[in-house]
Amino acid sequence: MTIQTMADMAAKGEAPEVLFWVGCAGSFDDRYKRVTKAFVKILNAVNVKFAVLGTEETCTGDPARRAGNEFLFQMQAMSNIQVLNGYGVKRIVTACPHCFNTIKNEYPELGGNYEVIHHSTFLQQLINEGKIKVEGGAFKGKKITYHDSCYLGRANEIYEAPRSVLEALDADLVEMKRCRTTGLCCGAGGAQMFKEPEKGKKDINEERTEEALATGATTIAVACPFCMTMMSDGVKSKEREADVKVKDLAELIAEANGLN
Amino acid sequence: MIQQIAFIITLGAASWFIWKRASRIRANINLGKDKEIKDNPNQRLSNMILVALGQKKMFKRPVPAFLHMLIYVGFLVINLEVLEFIIDGLAGTHRIFSPYLGSLYTVLMNIFEFLAVGVLLSCVFFLIRRNVLKLKRFWSTELAGWPRLDANIILCTEIILMLAILTMNASDQILQRTQDHYTATGHLFFSSFLIPVFDSLPTSTLIFIERFAWWFHIIGILGFAIYVTYSKHLHIFLAFPNTYFANVEPKGHMKNMPVVTNEVKMMLGLADASAATPPAEPGRFGAKDVNDLDWNNLLAAYACTECGRCTSECPANITGKKLSPRKIMMDTRDRMEDVGKSIEKGGPGLEDGKFLLGDYITKEEINACTSCNACVEACPVMINPLEIILELRRYVAMEESGSPASWNSVFQNIETNFAPWKFSPSDRFNWAKDEK
Repeated sequence: MTIQTMADMAAKGEAPEVLFWVGCAGSFDDRYKRVTKAFVKILNAVNVKFAVLGTEETCTGDPARRAGNEFLFQMQAMSNIQVLNGYGVKRIVTACPHCFNTIKNEYPELGGNYEVIHHSTFLQQLINEGKIKVEGGAFKGKKITYHDSCYLGRANEIYEAPRSVLEALDADLVEMKRCRTTGLCCGAGGAQMFKEPEKGKKDINEERTEEALATGATTIAVACPFCMTMMSDGVKSKEREADVKVKDLAELIAEANGLN
Repeated sequence: MIQQIAFIITLGAASWFIWKRASRIRANINLGKDKEIKDNPNQRLSNMILVALGQKKMFKRPVPAFLHMLIYVGFLVINLEVLEFIIDGLAGTHRIFSPYLGSLYTVLMNIFEFLAVGVLLSCVFFLIRRNVLKLKRFWSTELAGWPRLDANIILCTEIILMLAILTMNASDQILQRTQDHYTATGHLFFSSFLIPVFDSLPTSTLIFIERFAWWFHIIGILGFAIYVTYSKHLHIFLAFPNTYFANVEPKGHMKNMPVVTNEVKMMLGLADASAATPPAEPGRFGAKDVNDLDWNNLLAAYACTECGRCTSECPANITGKKLSPRKIMMDTRDRMEDVGKSIEKGGPGLEDGKFLLGDYITKEEINACTSCNACVEACPVMINPLEIILELRRYVAMEESGSPASWNSVFQNIETNFAPWKFSPSDRFNWAKDEK
């Protein structure tokens, strides 16, 4: 695996085609680190010249902003923008819809203007360009359901890119009752990931997992680190982890290409 | 002549009440913060035409959308007939358009009657859906009392108004046979079914019934117009400005706070000395009361018709949490109304010791929000309850430091470790180590 940092490249006087913004979950969460690695393997396999910020990357500030702490958000945003602009970054790809939304929609008015792409769109483009071939059909005919991330779907109207990635796998894509514009949240958005839910009848991820399991799918595809945690916990609480897997789009593509 | 004078007095009184109430609502909306909304006029106009006029978002649920459309078209078209009512009332004429329009008048009247029957049946269906089938979103706790009564009053009033039109036309048609004064309207299909009911009555009674129904209908409409300004039914007017002034950015975008940007720039040494002049009155960070919200958030509260589609899509509400986006809008309007009433009476207004946050909306509600935008997506008139929730959270976090303890730890982690979890920033790139 070749992973260069922006600092490495700048030292050599080079610039990457795209900066891979890993995000906090992609850097620290054990489960999501596997997604980061899967995505890096794909980037390497298709010879995309990319770089990461490494230890220069910090939280985008999204959870702080959604929890109400605008000062902290803007401190994070400003210092990230300083780093990104310092390296002259033009294009950013990220596997986290929250980072994606923040950098794409909220950094411009603070002075950070970049072309920001979510990895689902990036993968779709690679498939369309024929750079990724999904042969052999490891997922052929397997029932996969896709759980819409709110920050990708409603927040940014990206509904079809993740689905077309899954369709390229030749899988049997089955939809949950609430999908696309009416997709039910996993329960982690708006900084809920970092606190216990308020008192209620049940947890949101339980409700959503029940809906996903009702499709009869053996794979629940996700495109967001928080959705990954919530859906995995949901599947565990239903004691179905033996027969139902929660996987990110990048992992599925990597697997289908024998990259794991 | 007496009828004309009575009509002018009635019309004048109704207009005065409506104007007075409209001024109050306007003043209440102006309690909110000034915000210039002049960007993207074309997109805003197209939102208004498609979403308010065309009811595009209603059609996510086709059956109620169709019936609602019928009531709405009925409302618009039957108001053309009200124009004739007003001219007749002022001039002392009877069906003034009839001689000019000839057989077209018959066609138009039949269309009006068809719509009147459509409105009537739709309202009956909606009453059944609310009160017999007891659709869940119409029986939530926030609808107990006045809101539920309000909905039923609106539906019943519309049924009665439609019955008045049909009664008037039925008795009119009988009178046309014998009385010259009653201009021939031609055969009116729906109201003629009512003719047998009135046929045997003496002419004087029929004249009374026709006049009574006419007066009942016009007073009913004027009365209803006044009622609407106190009711959730205000959406028939305010849906238009609300869709025009609604957000046009991607839903994921959260409103920026330029005041904070200035301070952060100064802290980071990014601002020039010229930009460093602090604003005259910074006000509160976030929102504690209605005057901390933007005026268009307050307009949205008046545009809400309490349909509850937002709440029925809210993941927190579905799983039994206290949060209901509809209640956020209702509370915002109730607070404005309370403040407005107090001001009218010369009372303390906003200084009454109460606040939107705490006395109307609790922290438990706003803390349960996942910011998933399901409520925003669901609203047929583009109301954004999420924006209000997030402004309230900003107040709690920045002015009170009163966020849930776990969020305060997240803030601390981001400040010290640059990640919401307690990991060392120097370990951020470790994921790559075992792979290299």
